[in-house]
Amino acid sequence: MEDPTPVLELRGISKQFPGVLANDDVDFDLRRGEIHALLGENGAGKSTLMNILYGLYRPDAGEIRLRGKPVSFGSARDAIQAGIGMVHQHFMLIPVMTVAENVVLGTEPLHAGVLLDERAAERRVADMARTFRFSVDPSALVEDIGVGQQQRVEIMKALYRNAEILILDEPTAVLTPQEASDLFEILRTLRRKGISIIFISHKLKEVLEIADRITVLRRGRVIESVPAAGATQEALARAMVGRDLLLRVEKGAANPGDPILTVESLHVLDDRELETVHGLSFEVRAGEIVGVAGIDGNGQSELVEAIVGLRRPTEGRILINGQVIARDDPKHLIDAGVGHIPEDRHRRGLVLSFTVAENLSLHEYRRPTESRFGWLWPRRMITRAQKLIRDYDVRGGSPNTPAGSLSGGNQQKVVIAREIESEPDVLVAAQPTRGLDVGAIEYVHRRLVQARDAGKGVLLVSLELDEIRSLSDRVLVLYEGRLVGEYSPEASEEELGLAMTGGTRGEEIPA
Amino acid sequence: MSDPAETPEAQVPERVPFAQRYALWQRGGGIATPLATALLAFVMGGMVVLATGHNPLQTYRSIFDGSGLNWLFPWVSGAARQTAATDLQETGLLMIPLILTGLAVAFAFRCGLFNIGGQGQYIVGIVTGTQMGVWLGSVPGPVHIFIAIAAATLAGALWGGIAGFLRATVGAHEVISTIMLNWIAIWVGTYLIGFGGPLQDHSQPGVPVSREIAPNAHLHVFWGNPFLQGLDVGFFIALAMLVVYWLIIRRTTLGFEVRAVGFSPEAARTAGIGVARNYFLAMAISGAFAGMAGALDILGWQFRLDVTTIQIASQMAFTGIAVALLGRNTAIGTLLGAVLFAALLNGTSTANLDPNVFPPQLAGNLTRIIQGLVVLFIGADVLVLYVWNLRRKVKLRRQPPAAPAPVAE
Repeated sequence: MEDPTPVLELRGISKQFPGVLANDDVDFDLRRGEIHALLGENGAGKSTLMNILYGLYRPDAGEIRLRGKPVSFGSARDAIQAGIGMVHQHFMLIPVMTVAENVVLGTEPLHAGVLLDERAAERRVADMARTFRFSVDPSALVEDIGVGQQQRVEIMKALYRNAEILILDEPTAVLTPQEASDLFEILRTLRRKGISIIFISHKLKEVLEIADRITVLRRGRVIESVPAAGATQEALARAMVGRDLLLRVEKGAANPGDPILTVESLHVLDDRELETVHGLSFEVRAGEIVGVAGIDGNGQSELVEAIVGLRRPTEGRILINGQVIARDDPKHLIDAGVGHIPEDRHRRGLVLSFTVAENLSLHEYRRPTESRFGWLWPRRMITRAQKLIRDYDVRGGSPNTPAGSLSGGNQQKVVIAREIESEPDVLVAAQPTRGLDVGAIEYVHRRLVQARDAGKGVLLVSLELDEIRSLSDRVLVLYEGRLVGEYSPEASEEELGLAMTGGTRGEEIPA
Repeated sequence: MSDPAETPEAQVPERVPFAQRYALWQRGGGIATPLATALLAFVMGGMVVLATGHNPLQTYRSIFDGSGLNWLFPWVSGAARQTAATDLQETGLLMIPLILTGLAVAFAFRCGLFNIGGQGQYIVGIVTGTQMGVWLGSVPGPVHIFIAIAAATLAGALWGGIAGFLRATVGAHEVISTIMLNWIAIWVGTYLIGFGGPLQDHSQPGVPVSREIAPNAHLHVFWGNPFLQGLDVGFFIALAMLVVYWLIIRRTTLGFEVRAVGFSPEAARTAGIGVARNYFLAMAISGAFAGMAGALDILGWQFRLDVTTIQIASQMAFTGIAVALLGRNTAIGTLLGAVLFAALLNGTSTANLDPNVFPPQLAGNLTRIIQGLVVLFIGADVLVLYVWNLRRKVKLRRQPPAAPAPVAE
């Protein structure tokens, strides 16, 4: 930060897409050895800006100056040659190759001109790992190492190509809290070595923790560019969203009633016929939100699918209101009072080519309000949809708009409206805010708390620990298909994080 | 107060899955794309005509006249009008099975299934309809007709239902099973009315035909000569089926479920809709339409079934695929598609096309060329989209960098 001339300057960048100005006269600069966070909601223009910088899009206006000289990249290759590296959210690694091979891929050290000099490759990668304190074994296969380590391999790939500027796109989205703090340690080391980092995120807390400066984008425009020191979550949220936001979920004390959903020693297989849920038992009572925390792939999807009838358990049973469900297909569970907000709203939550009205009627169409003896009244469907669109504040569409053309947040509102309006006794919400922006997240959370206060049981399965902690009345931690403990939502992030990685057991759960 | 959920996310070109974009595009394409498709097919067909040394415009003109559609023009009079009327009646007769086999394809499409079994379903329908017409000679006419049509419809439903059942239970793909069922229908039908077959007309053992249906089972001919293939009321039954199709799709819970499954089986299943049940029902209903076509053909103008109908004429069920595709699986589109292909088939027939303009033996192929092109272009919607995107990508890449990228020091 001693050097005042920025390594990178973006001046007046504009980019027009059909119907939307994705970047509007954006200025952005990056100093040597700083971590500069780019903060904004989904669709704010962060990715567009970075894709322009990385040579994937061309700007309609504006210029990029690298070390004071104007440049223009025709492709990502140009950007890489100019010393810019990008780590995408989805890693681009070859699982069956070693760490070293992945790092050197494309620029391999050769001996005899044609053969890969494996030893040289490993040596160079090991050197680099030492310099930057990566603690990665260069000879390990990528498929054998964890997600956090894989991310480091991606970073090493960029550094190996002499990147001086590193773009990280939502790097913590796939990490556990522990892995995230390890990543931050590495980023600090990189900063000391003079690497400049652009850190893209929509999470306020981590941006404040790691960044030196923060630039907030909203609707394609730079709202503010401030030093992290002195910035607050509230101010950043306001800049990001354009209004005051409730960062904390407002909710009163839970008032739990009778058990509504009872799961008894449930065993479930995944698609590969491997058992991923090993004898789970728990219950959700009326008027409480039970959060299931865990790292992705620890049996959450299979658990949810079993509860809503999409997957047949091999052992154990599920009771709704004390009744065993005889036929465990989705229809019988819906009729028994299970509402379901699926984790994949595009594949499961909505029929994207159906209109909003038809999607809102996916349960209602077979009830007497909309049909009789198999005869359907589309008029009533539309009238009801008009009401729900108003009540649930669905924007950007009328009853006859295809659901696929709504934004993610509004699509989720359609799902939530449908599920809540069919008056379930228990609502199973699987990652209900995945991919949504802050405003929509706030809305979803409010609705879930409302459902709880209306006396419904809510089972919240989420990978976002913050979401679990702020919404739940009880937290169950799932690790490798087993419940490792029950925690109060006040339990610290570290404690929960440890349990999520199989570290310690919390209170033993009575079976 | 601005809602953040309304950020430009709605409009930013998100990476939407291809199938979904295609579905939206199809919905939005409306009438323009089928029209463009048909037009393009005709233009290319015209080029083929040109290549054979004939005048395409003149050829299309005489195909149009051959179809009898010129009857609609008030200035056509006298003998020409007489001929036009007979031609148009024939075109109308061809429309009946084209509408119904078109619906058989369209209904399955709505459920995400590709019913190639229209031929087999038509054959079991026509065989059943024939036999019902032969039997029950003493039953009063309307009842007899009703029984024959109902039985043929059920037979078609059963034949389609087999494919649906296999798809629903063991996941056997309907394209394969319907093709197989076509062959079973062809050879069982051939056996039944072929030489020495149980349903062959025993009074003329040298001819592979069925017995003739009872006169009281004939459908009433409302236009033209009943003995020279005038247009019968089966035409109105086919039109009524278009309405029935629309009602099922748009106004019943069954249609709602079928469409949900067709667009997204996963989402439908999650919403509690029985996917397997709908696969079965959709195929059965599809088969019913095709089966009914068989009954209307036999009761309307054929009166006795011969082996060529089973083996050759039934192939017109494949034209039903083009009808449904061109009609975008809608009722009105299927009607228009049926008009187009019936007119083409009839207008290019040896009897109706003026050989001085274009040799009819070539003209039959012209119909096939146009039919093939229509199917190709409809299928190529996807291709066109793909090429469009590719073109944009290439253009983006071609733009040379304004200044050479500096190399890292």
